[in-house]
Amino acid sequence: MPFKSTVGDYQTVATLETFGFLPPMTQDEIYDQIAYIIAQGWSPLIEHTHPSRSMATYWSYWKLPFFGEKDLAVIVSELEACHRAYPDHHVRLVGYDAYTQGQGSCFVVFEAR
Amino acid sequence: MSKKYDAGVKEYRDTYWTPDYVPLDSDLLACFKCTGQDGVPKEEVAAAVAAESSTGTWSTVWSELLTDLDFYKGRCYRIEDVPGDKESFYAFIAYPLDLFEEGSITNVLTSLVGNVFGFKALRHLRLEDIRFPLAFIKTCSGPPNGIAVERDRMNKYGRPLLGCTIKPKLGLSGKNYGRVVYECLRGGLDFTKDDENINSQPFQRWQNRFEFVAEAVKAAEQETGERKGHYLNCTANTPEEMYERAEFAKELGQPIIMHDYITGGFTANTGLSKWCRKNGMLLHIHRAMHAVIDRHPKHGIHFRVLAKCLRLSGGDQLHTGTVVGKLEGDRQTTLGYIDQLRESFVPEDRTRGNFFDQDWGSMPGVFAVASGGIHVWHMPALVAIFGDDSVLQFGGGTHGHPWGSAAGAAANRVALEACVKARNAGREIEKESRDILTEAAKHSPELAIALETWKEIKFEFDTVDKLDVNA
Repeated sequence: MPFKSTVGDYQTVATLETFGFLPPMTQDEIYDQIAYIIAQGWSPLIEHTHPSRSMATYWSYWKLPFFGEKDLAVIVSELEACHRAYPDHHVRLVGYDAYTQGQGSCFVVFEAR
Repeated sequence: MSKKYDAGVKEYRDTYWTPDYVPLDSDLLACFKCTGQDGVPKEEVAAAVAAESSTGTWSTVWSELLTDLDFYKGRCYRIEDVPGDKESFYAFIAYPLDLFEEGSITNVLTSLVGNVFGFKALRHLRLEDIRFPLAFIKTCSGPPNGIAVERDRMNKYGRPLLGCTIKPKLGLSGKNYGRVVYECLRGGLDFTKDDENINSQPFQRWQNRFEFVAEAVKAAEQETGERKGHYLNCTANTPEEMYERAEFAKELGQPIIMHDYITGGFTANTGLSKWCRKNGMLLHIHRAMHAVIDRHPKHGIHFRVLAKCLRLSGGDQLHTGTVVGKLEGDRQTTLGYIDQLRESFVPEDRTRGNFFDQDWGSMPGVFAVASGGIHVWHMPALVAIFGDDSVLQFGGGTHGHPWGSAAGAAANRVALEACVKARNAGREIEKESRDILTEAAKHSPELAIALETWKEIKFEFDTVDKLDVNA
């Protein structure tokens, strides 16, 4: 009888922190997350960096944080503009919370090509 | 006006029962649940508690007249019935700020829960809550880093953190122990934890453990591209040994250490916390022995008091129970004291067991740690109950995975992120828990197997210590 193991092999994956274990989000799913950031009263902020320094604390800002921006479409077009300008960079979206000086949300929207 | 010395035994209530007193903002307030011996009037019991936890002794003494005891005494200013309980009552006591040494939780507890708990006129006594005045809070150093700083150091945002305790908790060699750490971290956890029982036993001396763990953490960081940590338990036999272990953890470049604050004691804890502030280390706090003190509904100290004391003494993460797992704790009570750990102001709310308004001023917040008998099926409830500023720790729920700890870790990470994503998208994650988890399992065989493995496990026992409400 051929041996059949029920134990699988777990391969380590390189991930980019929050939501790194989920499959890439659809456009609608990304919109939901942006809407959440706006609804929490956080300021959207776009950052990008080359994959070689993805563990660094400081990624480059795309422009400046979009303080007080409530328009989902603006954020979507800025994300796309950043991705077009830096196709070989990871691009992440942050929900910046000025009260805690922290990030209420942060996830990579475009991985580097 | 000066008083005359009148030797003898006075009733406590003549001096310490002051129903007209209006507490000052600077007073330390306490609520005790008192159960007196039969036939002793409530006012006398309550006044005795105020006296014995502050300036009083059983007999009038001449040397009292050398000072102004009215300035220093604790006062019982209110008595309330306990809902649904005829034999007990709440006594509210105000203590002047000058009774306590600045920044010393040890001193506060020595007074408030000292001799008075053995007092014969009482059958039971339980310290339910303390309102620390802001003036006292500003003398405590508190969490060495706090939630915001810990997130920045670990680069974890927008979700609860994920951890697990290394098992078996006793008996692994240093190298084998490091292997389990490595497996968990490469699988997607943010932290692993020394079991509280692990200090420096013959099978695994602390230095050996620290070195292997440091290598495991480093390897996992390099391979996953994410920041990782392991709570290196520095709880030790003497303060000198505790600091030696902490120093070595720092030397190895580790981000976080751990202490058991009740068995280790508040003095050791405050000292280690200050060391962590000075040395840029995060501090995880375990709470062994708490249930001895906080579980009996009529005697001891409620955990909300122990939680407040920890925030003042210092720690960046504190175990709080899980509500849903194998260990005691009801939902409203738990929500009440995790507020005390994380918020800057917590209003009085009896439905959550908070007896006073509590202003924390600028004191940083502490992560609530949920650990004990939890598995992937609990994830939606845990995210809903604890929110983002928490660490969810799955021990058996990680290592018990049929493929091993790395796959167990990945299953938990997928489940966690699926819940956070669904919550942000406006879904009711507790109601829709089954759908959310099974959808997520479609692209994660690790999660699918975890869901199958733990589908029947429940811990549905009634809570022993409940909030006091009318039945």
